Amino acid sequence: MRHIISILLENEPGALSRVVGLFSQRNFNIETLNVAPTEDPSLSRLTVTTVGDDRVIEQITKHLNKLIDVVKLVDLTEGNHIERELMLVKVKALGAARDEVKRTVDIFRAQIVDVTPSLYTVQITGDAAKLDAFLQAMAPVGILEVARTGVSGIARGDKVLSL
Amino acid sequence: MELLSGADMIARFLQDEGVEYIYGYPGGAALHIYDALFRQDKVKHILVRHEQAATHAADGYARASGKPGVVLVTSGPGATNAVTGIATAYMDSIPMVVLCGQVMSHLIGEDAFQETDIVGVTRPIVKHSFSIRHPSEIPEVLKKAFYLASTGRPGPVVVDIPKDMTAPTERYEYIYPKKVKLRSYNPVTRGHTGQIKKAVELMLKAKRPVFYTGGGVVTGKASEGLTDLVKKLGFPITTTLMGIGAYPQSDQQSLGWLGMHGSFESNMAMHHADLIIAIGARFDDRVTNNTSKFCPTAKIIHVDVDPSSISKTVRADVPIVGPADSVISEMISLVQGQPITHPEALKEWWEKIDGWRAERHGKLYEPSKPGEALKSQEVVEALCRITRGEAYVTTDVGQHQMFAAQYYKFDKPNRLITSGGLGTMGFGFPAAMGIKQNFPDDDVVCVTGEGSFQMMMQELSTCKQYGVGVKILNLNNASLGMVRQWQDLNYKSRHAHSYMESLPDFHLLIEAYGFTAITVTTKEELEPALERAFADKHELVFLDVKVDPFEHVYPMQVPLGSMRDMLLSKTERT
Ligand SMILES: Cc1ncc(C[n+]2csc(CCOP(=O)(O)OP(=O)(O)O)c2C)c(N)n1
Ligand SMILES: [Mg+2]
Repeated sequence: MRHIISILLENEPGALSRVVGLFSQRNFNIETLNVAPTEDPSLSRLTVTTVGDDRVIEQITKHLNKLIDVVKLVDLTEGNHIERELMLVKVKALGAARDEVKRTVDIFRAQIVDVTPSLYTVQITGDAAKLDAFLQAMAPVGILEVARTGVSGIARGDKVLSL
Repeated sequence: MELLSGADMIARFLQDEGVEYIYGYPGGAALHIYDALFRQDKVKHILVRHEQAATHAADGYARASGKPGVVLVTSGPGATNAVTGIATAYMDSIPMVVLCGQVMSHLIGEDAFQETDIVGVTRPIVKHSFSIRHPSEIPEVLKKAFYLASTGRPGPVVVDIPKDMTAPTERYEYIYPKKVKLRSYNPVTRGHTGQIKKAVELMLKAKRPVFYTGGGVVTGKASEGLTDLVKKLGFPITTTLMGIGAYPQSDQQSLGWLGMHGSFESNMAMHHADLIIAIGARFDDRVTNNTSKFCPTAKIIHVDVDPSSISKTVRADVPIVGPADSVISEMISLVQGQPITHPEALKEWWEKIDGWRAERHGKLYEPSKPGEALKSQEVVEALCRITRGEAYVTTDVGQHQMFAAQYYKFDKPNRLITSGGLGTMGFGFPAAMGIKQNFPDDDVVCVTGEGSFQMMMQELSTCKQYGVGVKILNLNNASLGMVRQWQDLNYKSRHAHSYMESLPDFHLLIEAYGFTAITVTTKEELEPALERAFADKHELVFLDVKVDPFEHVYPMQVPLGSMRDMLLSKTERT
């Protein structure tokens, strides 16, 4: 099963490499990885999506918790949560396709954020499935470049991941 | 207010932390630190002949004393030479602090002379690591390093120190930090009471229980409690290789150790048990054999200070996260005065176990007959007799390691000092050196093989410099015996590079360093040679004992089988 694990990490040099190293060292898999500082400059928030059965996920969370730089973590998929990802895509926009792209962008509630005579740069947010669907829809037109942030997430309701 | 340079802070910190010995080897990036050590006399620096030996010596010291071992090396090759020893300590959860010199901060990343990203290189084999970024951080970082290395599940910690951090011209305030806090590190101090109750209920109701305990009981200093608990319940106990001696092996309830080359009765008892009480052991593959066939009828209680050890390879029915000593003492107080539910079943269980014992009694190996080459097993038995089972025994890796563990009887923890997790050839001799310096009045013997000894024999020079009186028992089978055994069993005796052509004349080699060597080829020579070797506690003596090169280590678990699937000799199997 796919899991989204969010981690509060000491904002120290080398901390990120310890997390990433753990995954390769223990043969765990990383689908996406997203990391940035939080409102507290001493902490980064790192979100990783990974796939594994319960035993593997249990090992992943235990080993992550063992890293000295990991302050706290939560498996968001254990409860209700919001999952978002941002994607920037350059697609071909020539002739009739120009309108076609624009319509699809509207359907997906995406935005065109940059334009040239031959292409559009589209910005789209949503869960991973929505972004995948958009890419599928754009494929016939011609995708030139894709930049995805990887999943970020947060629990629904009153639950808070903080110190 | 006291102003000190980074280098002086390191020396002062080590004094204030109560460090007695530091094992190391100098080089450019570490020279300020060496100068600071030179200008004090409280912390004794031992100059090894190879950085790997520094880590093994510090490791041996740590295992025997329970205190963190300390290593100092220079950047680049100094640090990379230490890597094998760091990995060895990591696999066996040994507290160690490794101080590495590094090139000047402004040169980092430029492939400067003797630059290696040692924090990167060691990342998967340390508990944690630090890079010093300002001299003023040194006291606090070092305190954190010692704290992390020695608490919770212990392990090695690397501290990378760029040369400019220790420059004599820059001075900062030094205060010894008595305590440190890390918000993300809070090792558990006791187990969950509800879980412990559940475990004790299972224990009292068990019909075929076995204690299976490991290195965690030794490093967790819980041997006394364990012995008390096991005695109170009257259950059988087997330990891992790392856990040997946590319960006295000469006691009736001890089945010896278990796993790949463990005792017949241990492996049989584990396989047939209905309850396994695992404490400070990690169900590693050298113990469990094929996990899908592991202990098919047993419920499993697993106590470990490291949550990630629990249910890693074998699912625990009652997991208990906590340090061995406090969990065991809670168990003792719950067991106190409580009768076990099925005393008659336990009696039958013991009868069964005694049957297994009797089955192999006197058949473990065939002693040599007059005129035949000595058997390693009888040599170790003689060693045990001569040292009254009281020596510190370090080993290298191979057949001799298994024979030492099988035929020396250990009644105390920390007396068998061996590289269990990584299986590092070359470990034994420097480890013995580290132990002897701290226990000068005890017998310390390294049981080694001619293959392993040659990996670290340069340390004879260190022993000469510091007058370290270890004994070296070379079980010389003129081959990489353990490799050869596998080749006999799995490759139709095609001995690809498992022989040792051109062995040195060990006698001459040892004498070149000014030490005594004794060559033993017959049974008659054996005991007198051992007596002679152990006559003077402060003299290094090397025994070169020529042993049968065709001997195999048995029992030996059959690959992919259950615990009870064993080869018992060259011709018998279960
Ligand atoms: C550093 C290292 N290299 C290789 C091995 C693989 N290995 C395990 S046992 C062994 C043979 C050891 O020979 P020796 O020290 O003579 O011991 P014996 O088995 O003959 O008693 C080897 C090569 C190892 N454990 N460690
Ligand atoms: Mg050999």
